[in-house]
Amino acid sequence: MTEWFTLRNIVVVGLLIVLALVPVYVSIGGNTFLMTLFTRIVILAMAATSLNLILGYGGMVSFGHAVYLGVGGYAIGILAHEGVASGFLQWPIAIGASALLALVVGALSLRTRGLYFIMITFAFAQLVYYFGVGLERYGADDGLTIYRRSQFAGVLDLSNRAVFYYLCLLLLVGTIYLVWRLVNSRFGLVIQGSRSNDRRMQAIGFPTFRYRLTGFVIAGAICGLAGALLANHTEFISPATMHWTRSGDLIVMVVLGGMASSFGPLIGAVTLLVLEELLPAIIRLLAFPFLDPPMAVKISEYWPIVLGPLFLLVVLFARGGMNGLLEGARRD
Amino acid sequence: MTDALLAIEGLTKRFGGVVASDEITLAIPTGELHAVIGPNGAGKTTLIGELAGEIAPDQGRVWFAGRDITALPVHRRSAIGLARSFQVTSLFPDFTALDNVALAVQAHSGHSFRFWRNARRDAALREPARAVLAQVGLADRADVPVSRLSHGEHRALEIAMALATRPRMLLLDEPMAGMGPDESARMVNMLRGFKRQLTILLIEHDMEAVFALADRITVLVYGRVIASDIPAAIRANEEVRKAYLGAPDELVGQE
Repeated sequence: MTEWFTLRNIVVVGLLIVLALVPVYVSIGGNTFLMTLFTRIVILAMAATSLNLILGYGGMVSFGHAVYLGVGGYAIGILAHEGVASGFLQWPIAIGASALLALVVGALSLRTRGLYFIMITFAFAQLVYYFGVGLERYGADDGLTIYRRSQFAGVLDLSNRAVFYYLCLLLLVGTIYLVWRLVNSRFGLVIQGSRSNDRRMQAIGFPTFRYRLTGFVIAGAICGLAGALLANHTEFISPATMHWTRSGDLIVMVVLGGMASSFGPLIGAVTLLVLEELLPAIIRLLAFPFLDPPMAVKISEYWPIVLGPLFLLVVLFARGGMNGLLEGARRD
Repeated sequence: MTDALLAIEGLTKRFGGVVASDEITLAIPTGELHAVIGPNGAGKTTLIGELAGEIAPDQGRVWFAGRDITALPVHRRSAIGLARSFQVTSLFPDFTALDNVALAVQAHSGHSFRFWRNARRDAALREPARAVLAQVGLADRADVPVSRLSHGEHRALEIAMALATRPRMLLLDEPMAGMGPDESARMVNMLRGFKRQLTILLIEHDMEAVFALADRITVLVYGRVIASDIPAAIRANEEVRKAYLGAPDELVGQE
């Protein structure tokens, strides 16, 4: 019954193959910038996938999801700073700390709905952000350099960039699979039902709060792991990691790629981050024949003027984001 | 109050200056189909809300199966066998009809902290759900998304959702709302089939349906019970005639 050769599936498989081949390409061409860019894309796609669990499937518009990137990252940074370099210790602590914060934030914010929920998650994120700014011992505003990546003695060498990249990719694919299992399980149907009609869910006997809270904690924990990866990637952590604009970026990735779809957040993350790099170059290229070079460069700095309307068009006209667009194309 | 499945005692609810429930006292024995009628704004839906647990009464008590449930949350009431349908269809539009009913079955098959197995392939949920769909005549519409079902099918699915929780008692809030005569007749037949097996509290504007189905009828006016008796006695009651039945406009009134 299920059609496999759909445009959407071809794009997704193509995307995964490209992602898998990035280190090969880089090792031949020697373009390390691509490696850096794609490692970041894969990690943020993982964070966006975790947000999709609660935003797309659960209808919980958390406007503070980047805070778990920060908490996961700070767990790595602080432990490394204090001499605990073992990843076997660092990573579970990063995940646990994020889950714990999500439990507190969720327990308070999930009692509200709609705009109030958005504002409370935002307020908590700001609170933690300024807490980070106040961490004098760990660099405060300027952040903290991480001199050694997490040590997995005898198992993995994260200082090898290709090994690290493949680990991130593996964890991203694992996250997508996990979220897919979750949303189709009994648990997943409860949080989806609650997004669709919470009143009816209660009337048929579901204590929905505890399920929504569990979803919120799982999403926070996964994002905390993404934060641990990001800190290892940049070898640096600062409050900027959890700035509210980063939370906004994650929402854009999910909405642009397609809410409540398995690969939507990945598609959204790739699109947003690649366009961020490409748009200035494209604008420069288009402007050179008409303007003198300094002016063309200046204009290219206004690339969000192009990205903004593109995002609006997708949101307004493609129900289900780019994923929906690709699936819709099949029906023609 | 011991032999009544549902007993209401002195239930009162005020919204500002409006008294929506005014010292309502009522006992519904097991197996009875009890209709509540009254003009628009009589407080019928407020009463359902108080019984289902969505609205907290200011005074009074509600007993179900001998247990004081006045302060019990909505989902706990469903768990002990009190199910409701909604006046305005309240379903999960992105799910299929079968998904909807299976979710109601799931709510009553243990906790849902089950994270791995595909719930849509779980026969323990799907089979009972199919049986309930067949009961309300939607067997061949199981895989149609709710957003593509007709109004009459939505109303039938409303009932199916309540039935799937295996209740002892149904609270039906205007099940015939917005239905044509044919659909109404079908709904009356279906409800007649549930009589005796289930205790039913029926709120309905369709007088033909009410008098065809009810064992007893309670008349609510401005939140107050003005009569509660068998259909023949309600028809003959002077006060009811004056307050309600006598005014022909009210008989066809819809909210």
